Amino acid sequence: MRSSENALEVDQLTRVFDVSSPWLNRMIERKPKRYLRAVQDVTFTVQKGRCLALVGESGCGKSTVARLVTGLYDPTEGAIVFAPARKGLRIGRPMEAQMIFQDPHASLNPRWRVGDIVAEPIREFGLRDTAEEVDVRVADLLKIVGLSPDDSRRYPHEFSGGQRQRISIARALASEPEFLVCDEPTSALDVSVQAQILNLMRSLQDELGLTYLFISHNLAVVRHMADRIAVMYLGRIVEEADTEALFGDPQHPYTQLLLQTIPDVAAPNRDRELMGGEPPSPLDPPKGCAFHPRCPLAADICSREAPPSRDRHGGGVVACHMAPST
Amino acid sequence: MNPASHSPALEVKGLSVEFPTRRGMLTALSDVSLTIARGEILGVVGESGAGKSMTGMAVLGLLEPPGRVCAGEIHIGGKRTDNLDNDQMESVRGRMVGAIFQDPLTSLNPLFSVGQQLIETIRLHSDRSRADARAHGIHLLKQVGIPGADERIDHYPHQFSGGMRQRVVIALALAGNPQLIIADEPTTALDVSIQAQITTLLRRLCREQGAGVMLVTHDMGIIAETADRVAVMYAGRIIEIGSVEDVLARPKHPYTRGLMGSIPALGARVERLTQIDGSMPRLNAIPPGCAFNPRCSAVGPRCLKARPVLVPEAQGAVACFIHHGGVA
Repeated sequence: MRSSENALEVDQLTRVFDVSSPWLNRMIERKPKRYLRAVQDVTFTVQKGRCLALVGESGCGKSTVARLVTGLYDPTEGAIVFAPARKGLRIGRPMEAQMIFQDPHASLNPRWRVGDIVAEPIREFGLRDTAEEVDVRVADLLKIVGLSPDDSRRYPHEFSGGQRQRISIARALASEPEFLVCDEPTSALDVSVQAQILNLMRSLQDELGLTYLFISHNLAVVRHMADRIAVMYLGRIVEEADTEALFGDPQHPYTQLLLQTIPDVAAPNRDRELMGGEPPSPLDPPKGCAFHPRCPLAADICSREAPPSRDRHGGGVVACHMAPST
Repeated sequence: MNPASHSPALEVKGLSVEFPTRRGMLTALSDVSLTIARGEILGVVGESGAGKSMTGMAVLGLLEPPGRVCAGEIHIGGKRTDNLDNDQMESVRGRMVGAIFQDPLTSLNPLFSVGQQLIETIRLHSDRSRADARAHGIHLLKQVGIPGADERIDHYPHQFSGGMRQRVVIALALAGNPQLIIADEPTTALDVSIQAQITTLLRRLCREQGAGVMLVTHDMGIIAETADRVAVMYAGRIIEIGSVEDVLARPKHPYTRGLMGSIPALGARVERLTQIDGSMPRLNAIPPGCAFNPRCSAVGPRCLKARPVLVPEAQGAVACFIHHGGVA
């Protein structure tokens, strides 16, 4: 299914973490090794210039996928293939993907000036020849994200949370990537500042033709940003479809639960029916479909067999025994 | 006739909080007034640094030194509490006002079982025997919806999940049967599918116990679904207060309007969100006049000079010259 339209193809991606106790404890207490399957058989593609969002609750593996895609973790199984870059970089591994992290207070070096933070990728990859050209490029990047070129002399602590996230975006753009992985880029920000950053990311996408993998737990933000949405539960994608199709006709019971429980300012639902239960521990997932203990539709087959991903009625994929067949 | 029985759960009049620092006095809260009736949930919203948590802490008497209340009065259930010393406040906290904080893991002691913590709290506020207190503890855990409360009471905090832990914290807050509960971001650390369970629980307990709840949060969605009235704070002041339906559907202050526009909606998708440029001023750099004037789209000459006060209207109250005077 390789296509030149796709910026990223992820195929059957699995990542397992060894969370066993130390060797001595295992010997004395006769405990077996324990493994955490953080991501399991995750397959998706992102088209060039589009935005795919991964949503799910904490512990569902969405941030692990982000780290796998940017190469911060190596996959246990599966493949991650980027489209060939526009132009090869001169040294090192080609930097197709860059990342924007959640907490702009933790992801910027407090002892570096902003100019050096943004210039580092340019210098490391040898993207400009002289120091003057680097300075010009840094000034341009700061202007693109809505800061002043004079800000390059200042330190991160002199900026507010929203401005720091703008610096993170400038740094991510410095190595001229075509693909940006955004791991909860606005969840540490206040709503009025969140709107500024989301608007900035949208206009950057239009101007620079960027492709986004957008990771968030906030469905309202995801609806605003994404062209396509994949919902994750305990390491697997349970439903994936175009944004409007997913919101208009959610077919997996977990997607329905998520859409129901989100408080909406425009149409508050004070007398909602609550679905009980909580996500189980990924260390000890239920047999069969991981969602079956909380699922209102669960039948015998759900506790025995994990549902395969199949074509979803109306486009996309869904992994549920009970979903309407195509 | 007990005068406390018909007074509101909380009445705050003209509360100001200041922090003396080397660079001068920082005013964290100025002239905050609000009341919460029994059985009512008042939402307090604002961005970080607006003073919403500070208001809750001032009511609890838990301001971090050198912060201090420099003006105004706080009445909890008809009793004035802002002039009490620390020992007297000890008996107010828990018995008259309960607190629920953001992170349930840090509000529970990991070295004691949930039962030990509940029994200690209950016995501190009443003269029940140990066995009686334990029975009451199990009753409280059942009330907040913990399944198998008889067994769970002997478990330690780490054996509970995040949502269950927050329920335990709510049970602890209810142990002294307070008239007022301060809930500071009670659902922020929880996943969305658990959030709704906790806010529904808060609403139910508030009705059943007839306690007033001050719900401090940055999430307008939570306010829309949980609170009866809402107070919007900006730079240490309340700038708009009113019923939830009114403030969310017909926001009057330019800041509230901008805030509502900047929230991505689940319903319709818009190309660009309304954005309020800039960010909230720091406490040491609050501009003269209306604190919102550098970010306000409708700013007039009067906004740069004088500070607007809350003016009561038919529905709620707003602090904005433009809204009241047309041309300011």
